[in-house]
Amino acid sequence: MSDASAPVPENTPVLRAEGLLKTHYGEGAPAHAVRGVDLCVRQGEFVAVTGPSGAGKSTLLHLLGGLQRPDGGSLWLDGVRTDGWQEARWAVERRRRIGIVFQFFNLVSNLSVADNVELPALLAGLPPKQARAEREALLAELGLAGKERSLPGELSGGEQQRVALARALVNHPPLLLADEPAGSLDSKGTREVMRLLSRFHQRGQTIVLVTHDARLASAADRVISFFDGRMADDAELTAAPPRRKGISGVLELKD
Amino acid sequence: MRLPLLALLARGPAHGYELKQDLEQLLGSAYPQPNVGQIYVTLGRLEKSGLIEGEDVEQSSRPNKKVYHLTDAGREALHAWFEETEDEPRVRDEFFMKLALAPQSGLADQIALINRQRRQYLNTMRSLSKLATAENRDNRIAHLLIEGAMLHLQADLDWLERCQEELEELE
Repeated sequence: MSDASAPVPENTPVLRAEGLLKTHYGEGAPAHAVRGVDLCVRQGEFVAVTGPSGAGKSTLLHLLGGLQRPDGGSLWLDGVRTDGWQEARWAVERRRRIGIVFQFFNLVSNLSVADNVELPALLAGLPPKQARAEREALLAELGLAGKERSLPGELSGGEQQRVALARALVNHPPLLLADEPAGSLDSKGTREVMRLLSRFHQRGQTIVLVTHDARLASAADRVISFFDGRMADDAELTAAPPRRKGISGVLELKD
Repeated sequence: MRLPLLALLARGPAHGYELKQDLEQLLGSAYPQPNVGQIYVTLGRLEKSGLIEGEDVEQSSRPNKKVYHLTDAGREALHAWFEETEDEPRVRDEFFMKLALAPQSGLADQIALINRQRRQYLNTMRSLSKLATAENRDNRIAHLLIEGAMLHLQADLDWLERCQEELEELE
């Protein structure tokens, strides 16, 4: 993997996609899940992809993380073209370049919280002592100190998602992908995920988030609306107060 | 603001500035700060309609202040207020009319209308999230107010999504 150590020129997008296509062939008519998507995500951006279920947004995220291969188009990670990568290469890159969190956490159920987080670090070749230090720091940061020896099934959904977040970030990947990370959490858990994603983003983490939840999406600074396999809109959210009445209008109590 | 002021006076007499502070404390930064002039005007109206009564209290070094208390009629009005349920949030708004009339007029594109409206809602949603982060964690009432606003916006965004799904299918 000679290209891994080559210096990445400045301003290279963390992720770039051109003409991505993906069709699912199942029973019935072929489903065009992703129909020609061009996307560029720069270092430090927090991008949310929203849209109705079945719009293809999860498929898009799977293509970006190499969990599925496109039928057409190209994808670059840190300027490196991924088109020819086989599964083994993707598995390596998912440990190093990309962290992923899923709706249903996907933790290893018979491993402790500590082992779930340390595993990708060890697989990436980190010395055990360092893997442990990384794990301790992340779990403390995510408010999970004292839960190291628990099994995932003993934790609440919100706690499991925090463990999954620690696992995704343990190797400091340049890109974090999140697929409906609050999709199986209650309102409180959603707020928690939102707060944590914002916090990591403020520290410079690049994030691509897929969600149908507009509240979660509003934590991002760019929102892509996905319909029927295509980007219908790509909007930068402003920090500036919205025009006219804005939030005070929304919150107003009637006279 | 008439009934909220009456409700604050149900605890006991208070003057205008106290009521302003009570409202601010209760609703936190989520609620646009009530302007004290507006409060005095409202208190004046409430007094005129016999729901409260004011009494001048002398202060040594400052002008008199007026301390208000609830009348029996005021208490009655409050009971009626709590008894009554409120109207549903609006279901038909100006945006809906634009969307409905865009094709006939030939002057606007429905999808473009939806996209623009969504951008505004998302920006407002973002401001609300920021407000929630900035608000004191222990002020539950303020957080519930913000969360309510967010859930309403969420519903509006979901509805925009439905509109877009339906209208894109026709294309």
